[in-house]
Amino acid sequence: MAKAFDIIIIGGSAGSVQVISQIIHELPAVLPVPVVIVLHRLKNVASEMSKILSAQTNKVIVEPDDKDPIKNSFIYLAPQNYHLLIESDFTFSLDYSEVVQYSRPSIDVTFESAAKVYGKKAFAVLLSGGNKDGTNGIGAVIVRGGKAIVQHPDSALYPAMPSAAIASNKGIPTLYPEQIIEYLNKNLNPSR
Amino acid sequence: MSRVIELTDQELTEVLQLINQLYGYDFTGYASASMHRRVYRFMHASGLNTYDDLRYNLSEQKATFEHFLEFISVNVTEMFRDPEFFKTIKEEVFPRLATYPLIRIWHAGCATGEEVFSMAILLKEAGLLERTRIYATDINPVNIEKAKKGIMTLQVIKDYTANYIKSGGSKDFSGYYTALYNNALISKELRENILFSQHNLVTDQVFNEFQLVCCRNVMIYFNKGLQNKVLHLLHDSLAPLGYLALGPKESLLFTDIADRFEVISPAFKIFRRNQ
Repeated sequence: MAKAFDIIIIGGSAGSVQVISQIIHELPAVLPVPVVIVLHRLKNVASEMSKILSAQTNKVIVEPDDKDPIKNSFIYLAPQNYHLLIESDFTFSLDYSEVVQYSRPSIDVTFESAAKVYGKKAFAVLLSGGNKDGTNGIGAVIVRGGKAIVQHPDSALYPAMPSAAIASNKGIPTLYPEQIIEYLNKNLNPSR
Repeated sequence: MSRVIELTDQELTEVLQLINQLYGYDFTGYASASMHRRVYRFMHASGLNTYDDLRYNLSEQKATFEHFLEFISVNVTEMFRDPEFFKTIKEEVFPRLATYPLIRIWHAGCATGEEVFSMAILLKEAGLLERTRIYATDINPVNIEKAKKGIMTLQVIKDYTANYIKSGGSKDFSGYYTALYNNALISKELRENILFSQHNLVTDQVFNEFQLVCCRNVMIYFNKGLQNKVLHLLHDSLAPLGYLALGPKESLLFTDIADRFEVISPAFKIFRRNQ
């Protein structure tokens, strides 16, 4: 059976680390698709985020280098202070250009480029945050026929980010973290 | 946000070929995803709505191209970006550089010079600046003019000071610039041994031999083929046992000359050319 999607992209900002940990922790040990996480964080301080997430989720989370191939079952975290883009040959490329929505990495940038490459096979999840990053990216995923969901603002520590995406993308499903996990697991195991 | 003005890959390639023919700037080996974004930003900012508009304006007006160049070359930079990188350079590379009577350093793709000034500060503190010649080059002449002036806004100085301290700097950072209204002028003493000039990594050649080449976050905008070509240029610009510093997320893995370098710092992508 064909996979429902070929990539999972997750964007989060303030208040999203716990939710991301929870989601990743509950995903199957062997994933049929790659997962790409874009998380806003500080620049110019040594970041242990990939280690922290790995420890919390019992899974290996890597920060890709420029031009690394995107592989199934890998969980990637956008490196701090770069935008993370996806090339049409399924490799990453990094970009150190202007901040977008006050952010680098920007969720919009990664989502828009994933939407372009993966089209209707992209699956985007936008979580808690205090700004509007991700709204345009979610729109780009939907325009190209991909699937997008947003964390229910009631369950988000900082609801501004999901709320902005909901306001601009009418009818987008809003799910609580447990429902997001359930949804992903259902779609990652199509035989069940 | 207005609806997406988007070129197909084919259209983008044709625009880049046109630019190469008309103006001699070859962007055809640039990584596509980022280039699409930048062209889109340029079109949006210039009020060009279609592929035909873009082609027409680029062909007819040199000013359009100059504006385009501004948008295409990424000018984002900061002083002491990745403070620990600078700390590593100071601890691992400077002791070797100090053995040369005359030190030559090349900052390839220096944008507006912030990393060059950072390097000059470290060299000065190590007592090496006087016998160092820094060549700093960029594809964009506007960047070079700005870099030569050595002026930045005071607004960013606070961040730069924090970065400087994180890099292990222990002097008073305000001693390295003069505040003028809302600007900071990098002190003349730091700028004296820096030669800023235009150079295009894609089409220009080796022009000197260096003990250290810094080319950080420049090749991320190139596709693998072009990265390989430019790495050959950087390799050939290094003295035997010279150092090459790339950005922390750049890699030699996808090139055919990885085995001509020894890894000095895997975290900060500092390499040393073999004998």
